[in-house]
Amino acid sequence: MLRRRIIPCLDVSGGRVVKGVEFVNLRDCGEPVDAALRYAEQGADEICWLNITAGDEAWHELLAQVEDAGTRIDVPLTVGGGVSDEPHVRDLLGAGADKVSINSAALDRPDLVAECAERHGSQCIVVAIDARTRPDGVWEAVASGGRRPTGRDAVAWAVEAVERGAGELLVTSMDQDGTQSGYAIDLYARLLDAVDVPIIASGGASGPADIADVLEAGVSAALAASIFHDAISTVEEVKDACRARNLPMR
Amino acid sequence: MPDVLIVDYGGGNVRSLTAALERCGARVAVSADPGAVAGAERLMVAGQGAAGAAMAALESAGLADALRDAAGRHVPILGVCVGLQVLFERSEEDDCAGLGLLHGTVHRIRGAARLPHLGWNDVEPLQEHPLTRDLPAVAYFAHSYAVTSDIPSALAITRIDDATIASMVVRGSVAGAQFHPERSAEAGRQLLTRFLAWEPA
Repeated sequence: MLRRRIIPCLDVSGGRVVKGVEFVNLRDCGEPVDAALRYAEQGADEICWLNITAGDEAWHELLAQVEDAGTRIDVPLTVGGGVSDEPHVRDLLGAGADKVSINSAALDRPDLVAECAERHGSQCIVVAIDARTRPDGVWEAVASGGRRPTGRDAVAWAVEAVERGAGELLVTSMDQDGTQSGYAIDLYARLLDAVDVPIIASGGASGPADIADVLEAGVSAALAASIFHDAISTVEEVKDACRARNLPMR
Repeated sequence: MPDVLIVDYGGGNVRSLTAALERCGARVAVSADPGAVAGAERLMVAGQGAAGAAMAALESAGLADALRDAAGRHVPILGVCVGLQVLFERSEEDDCAGLGLLHGTVHRIRGAARLPHLGWNDVEPLQEHPLTRDLPAVAYFAHSYAVTSDIPSALAITRIDDATIASMVVRGSVAGAQFHPERSAEAGRQLLTRFLAWEPA
């Protein structure tokens, strides 16, 4: 039986793991390759590495670090952040990423998703969507790390991204991100109805029970950062909580 | 002399596969040269991406014929993911011909609630074989196409909702794993170690 996945997320800036609340107030949480190895050792099913620094220099540093992490860990590695064209995807896969996530660039130019999926296969193209609720209750996709509203309904964008070849969706609720108030279950329920690719839920985990809740709602994987970086829970403790709810875990 | 040569046709995951084999203690060579393939004692075909692009790259570089010759000489060959899929006669993906080393056609998986099949799943042995001694195990998959479990070369199977795929295949010296041993932690180490020691009859 296909297992649900627990994915520690490393937000990496200036070569260091950082974590903020609602994408601001970043603080240092250590060295990313060490963190990736530590989480893999704890039983992480996958590692997500999000580069949050712009610029060519940061990109080269990212590739070097991904190369290092990719040859040392023995679980899958998903890398994203600042991926703006197909050569970026090629670079990251060549460096050792197993999947690449595309966010703002896909919103700006949805054809990019098709170009990357045709060349590299849907199984390695993840479209990352940051969503925030508007006062009218609609989940809106926001770009550029949450700074740029797009006016697009996040669920409609998810459907289009899948039609264009996205093999997986990594959806972060910005209402919840870093607040440790639980995942946005209603958003994931809508997405699960709308698309037939795996969905990774992100944003809001305060502990193992929140992760078990969102996996019970039907998502394929749950991503979390703070609870792992702050040693609130280990990956194994999260998995035990999920097993206690009869969720299939590795 | 390296223990194993990875055929480099421009597909992904060569670097992580090399590292995984090295963690098992192997000396690894990576080459796109058909001459090097002709001299290799053990071969791996890595794979990520689409079957059509992989086959086109293998054919244009002369690697497809070098692999067919190696299979004719009973050299142990292990294909991984798309590297398994190209061993067969055809793939529905891109409607392309494969190497034809194994009988059957690669199909889009039917009966799975969600595709791609992404994540960790059980690999259950179908027959006694040097490559299946550590099974059952849980391994990492990332694909939408596969061979079904009723093909003659099926060695191990994996269930995805209502679908059952062959997750390992073998015929003579030619074997394949649909999962990614380089990303399957202990299960991957076990398969690579078994493959490195495998002496097909």
